[in-house]
Amino acid sequence: MPNELEPLADPGLPEHIHRRADTDPIAAKRAERQVAVLFSLSAAGTLLFFYSFFFIKEDLFVFIPVIGSTNAQQLGIGLGVAFGLLFIGFGAVHWAKTLMPDQEVIAYRHTMRSAEEDRSEFVKAVKVGAEEAGLGRRPLIKRSLFAALGLAGLPAVVMLRDLGPLPGNSLNETSWKTGTRLVTDPGDRPIKASDLEVGGVAQVMPELAPGKERHLEDIAKDAVLLIRLRPSDFQLDAERLSWTHEGIIAFSKICSHMGCAVALYEQTTKHLLCPCHQSTFDVTRAAKVIFGPSARPLPQLAITADADGYLIAKQPFTEAVGPSFWERKS
Amino acid sequence: MTARERIAGNVANYVDERTGAAAWMKKNLQKVFPDHWSFMLGEIALYSFVILLLSGTFLTFWFDPSMRHVVYEGSYQPLKDVEMSAAYASTLHISFDVRGGLLMRQIHHWAALIFMAAIVAHLMRVFFTGAFRKPREFNWILGIGLLTLGIVEGFLGYSLPDDLLSGTGIRIAHAIIQSLPVVGTYLSFFAFGGAFPGEVFMPRIYIVHVLILPGIFLALIAAHLMLVWYQKHTQYPGPGRTEKNVVGYPLMPVYMAKAGGFFFIVFGITALLGAVASINPIWLYGPYNPAQISAGSQPDWYMGWLDGLVRMAPPIETYIFGHTISWNILIPGLIIPGILFTGMALYPFIESWMTGDKGEHHLLDRPRNVPNRTALGVMSLTFVLITLINGGNDIIATHFDLTINQIMWFSRIGVIVLPPLAFVITKRICLSLQRRDRELVLHGKETGRLVMLPHGEFIEVHEELSAGKKYSLTQHVQPQAIALVTEDRQGVLNPKGIRAKIQARLSKANAENIAKPTATELKELESGHH
Amino acid sequence: MKFISKYRRHKFATPVLLLIALSALGFTFSAATAAPNQSAAAASARSTLIEEGKEIFLKGCSSCHGLNAEGAAIAPALIGVGAASVDFVVATGRMPMQDMSQQAMRKAPVYNEEEVAALAAYVASLAHGPRAYTNEEIKWERDGNTAEGGELFRNNCAMCHNFAGQGGALTQGKYAPTVMGVEARHIYEAMITGPQAMPVFNDKIITPQEKLSIIKWIKSAEAEPALGGAALGRVGPVTEGLLVWTLGLGLLIGIAVWLTAKAR
Repeated sequence: MPNELEPLADPGLPEHIHRRADTDPIAAKRAERQVAVLFSLSAAGTLLFFYSFFFIKEDLFVFIPVIGSTNAQQLGIGLGVAFGLLFIGFGAVHWAKTLMPDQEVIAYRHTMRSAEEDRSEFVKAVKVGAEEAGLGRRPLIKRSLFAALGLAGLPAVVMLRDLGPLPGNSLNETSWKTGTRLVTDPGDRPIKASDLEVGGVAQVMPELAPGKERHLEDIAKDAVLLIRLRPSDFQLDAERLSWTHEGIIAFSKICSHMGCAVALYEQTTKHLLCPCHQSTFDVTRAAKVIFGPSARPLPQLAITADADGYLIAKQPFTEAVGPSFWERKS
Repeated sequence: MTARERIAGNVANYVDERTGAAAWMKKNLQKVFPDHWSFMLGEIALYSFVILLLSGTFLTFWFDPSMRHVVYEGSYQPLKDVEMSAAYASTLHISFDVRGGLLMRQIHHWAALIFMAAIVAHLMRVFFTGAFRKPREFNWILGIGLLTLGIVEGFLGYSLPDDLLSGTGIRIAHAIIQSLPVVGTYLSFFAFGGAFPGEVFMPRIYIVHVLILPGIFLALIAAHLMLVWYQKHTQYPGPGRTEKNVVGYPLMPVYMAKAGGFFFIVFGITALLGAVASINPIWLYGPYNPAQISAGSQPDWYMGWLDGLVRMAPPIETYIFGHTISWNILIPGLIIPGILFTGMALYPFIESWMTGDKGEHHLLDRPRNVPNRTALGVMSLTFVLITLINGGNDIIATHFDLTINQIMWFSRIGVIVLPPLAFVITKRICLSLQRRDRELVLHGKETGRLVMLPHGEFIEVHEELSAGKKYSLTQHVQPQAIALVTEDRQGVLNPKGIRAKIQARLSKANAENIAKPTATELKELESGHH
Repeated sequence: MKFISKYRRHKFATPVLLLIALSALGFTFSAATAAPNQSAAAASARSTLIEEGKEIFLKGCSSCHGLNAEGAAIAPALIGVGAASVDFVVATGRMPMQDMSQQAMRKAPVYNEEEVAALAAYVASLAHGPRAYTNEEIKWERDGNTAEGGELFRNNCAMCHNFAGQGGALTQGKYAPTVMGVEARHIYEAMITGPQAMPVFNDKIITPQEKLSIIKWIKSAEAEPALGGAALGRVGPVTEGLLVWTLGLGLLIGIAVWLTAKAR
């Protein structure tokens, strides 16, 4: 319902109310002293900083309620800097609030829109300039100019080519080959089936060739989790069952969702939980996803025992480990 | 003339003869700034940025952004002889072997969190008061740009120490890049110089974090402030305040003292937090190892909503012609945030289309007087809050005896059901508040004093509002719905077709308000007053 | 009464009332959920440790675990779990369980050391299982290596118990509890026996030497002072973000309100 007819009239700025310091010189002096005290507290803070920095021992700890036992020098430096700054601010603001004029001032806005003649002069200047450049009349110049500019920008992008190598097939490969021994991480000890108890879990890496180093890039693909269940616990098809050994099953530890380490094993439910986004995998069903955003189960590593009884990989991973990518086939 | 006045005069003369500064200084020293606490939220962000520059520069004197392997030989015993990257080791060095180093690290990180919080609070203030309307739409877009870049800058910043928690975050960022269709694997190999984690990522994001993004920030912030300066700050409605004036205090001395003082206060509070509250204790997280993870791994709060979205995503991947598209990553990680931020950036234009309002506005809205916009804002906040809660669902579960599965399902359903509910409830509350304003203007304020009338009835005495207050409550302009013209006099259909219909319907919803009392209604009431 | 009505419309009335109501709610909740103080069961006439254990078992454990520890629908069999399991769950107060929830909570133990030893002896007598340990024989301070322990902890424990041993969430309401304030023997026994959802870490997978290092690191983390200030729970960015919005921005907004308010 339109009601702009006869709105209430603007009563104008309210009457100015004077502060105590405006009329009472004693109050003004008091405010001045308060500001000075605040500034002095700032100086005291800075002194605390200097004292803490040079004279408090680095290994001294003090107990402060709520905070706990903390490094005294660090606390002294911090509080010194904090108070040094804080009280300058409080002082300046208190000074402005109590002593500086607080009469409201009015300024007027000018319309954003330029005056009509300015606008027409601007349009004329642009038109004349464009005429003089002559791009409109000379399409050959225009086209060749844009072609040159467009091409000139390309080297900037192409020179970024050597930022890194092409992925090639590396995303599909890990260090696990047929016969690679499983070793503990850390410790690099080979594992026998009897070493792992039912309900036990082991963090595992492929055994390193002598003299070689393990890089983080390898760890990011090779990390494997070894879990032992009772053979009767498995609900696997014949092929996947053949990838286990005496109830021991191995999965890639790198989450099939976004690559975090899936190492949280619940012995009672036989579930693996990834703490990043809570994808939950059922170990008895070859790490099938039962909750959470991951769309694929964890790749299973086929294992068996060698002649000495140590656990080895039967074959490399049959699919790429880790998060999905465009070229991944399934 | 005193000696001081003479010297000051000479200096001023010297500068003016070379720059002509007196002309624009005279105008700008007297520039008027309206005073309200909600106008200081942007200042908190600005000062936090300065603090970040100062503390960040300090840190660069010791930080080594290299990922080459070193063995730790510093003073923190629980990591003695542990293999780690030089970046991590240099951060430990700053924390334990540089006096004031841990303080500066903590001030830097707290300042970053306050920076983002202030930006969000400032954004909410600007949104709910309608300060983004013409002529300030471009400044709003600059602000959204600052918000987006701030999120990226913060993420890169806390990833520099190469610890277990932030390394996990990089792993996830890497997975997002890798999941991009067609170009994902190439982009990720280019970004990381090969397979994850590689050895070049830290030095590269270091330059982005200390040079490229701060440079862009300086430019955007300068443009943002220049626009505020030139267009003059908006002000809240009230007696004496119109669309054509600015009421407040002059730059010199009041505003300088208050704003300058506030800079010291923001710096002081940030330093106080840095002194008494531990943040990002990387020595406890340990160096990054892709085979390790901690329970309860989250990004910093301003990315928590993204984490929550990714957690609640349905597990959808499609496989076509030998290729994989990970919708469970693309939708929450890129598509939804893309829609959100684009929508946010374009909102001024969307709203002016919805309401048909093309006028210039310098007086702010009280949120209750624009129920549609306020409800939309609360709806968006509800969405962000639910995703944020889901991002911390494991911490919440252990502390409040809930299960992560419960919280996940609450979030999955809640994120669709609760925002529209919030919209409806907020709009109704706004309309109720408008009704209350109307009552206040027409009938005055309750005083709590009871009076018994001669015939036995008890009434509560109402105190009439002052003229100024009545004016404040009725100064706003109530919008009209756009009249829908389906066909003109000749029977030709409106060329805008369905768009016009939608626009008219939206503007009608926007015009749904409780009619504010007019002067005539007030007079009628007064004459027949009890 | 006059006092209340006099300040009924004071501008601080609402916040004060809110504070009183919230405090009352909090105190009532704490009182209502406080664990009941159970008195220890009295042992009857002196007999061998195993017989004593059997008596305690029949009185306090058999209703869930079966008269012969054979287990039932609500509780597992205890045959073969060994003295280590009993020492861990009973001496940390997890058993007897307070309520039939997903997980046994650590709480004030119901049985004293002697009774725990008796129970452990009885359960150990049922079948062979891992033996209990004493704090004295676990020489973590002498033989453990803190830095190595940290590496081991992050590899094997942090994914459930969090980087600082503060605990973490598992699925369906289960959780890995905090490892702070736990006796060395209980940490050792937990690794050996894998209680409830925790997997088993026997001495082949994590050697005794490595276990000592892990314990030494846990103890060092426990003893670590609040470097840099209040630790905020050592759970990471969630509590940091909460603090920033409350003490950080909240405080600054409060100061902004003061700054723009008119002086008297």
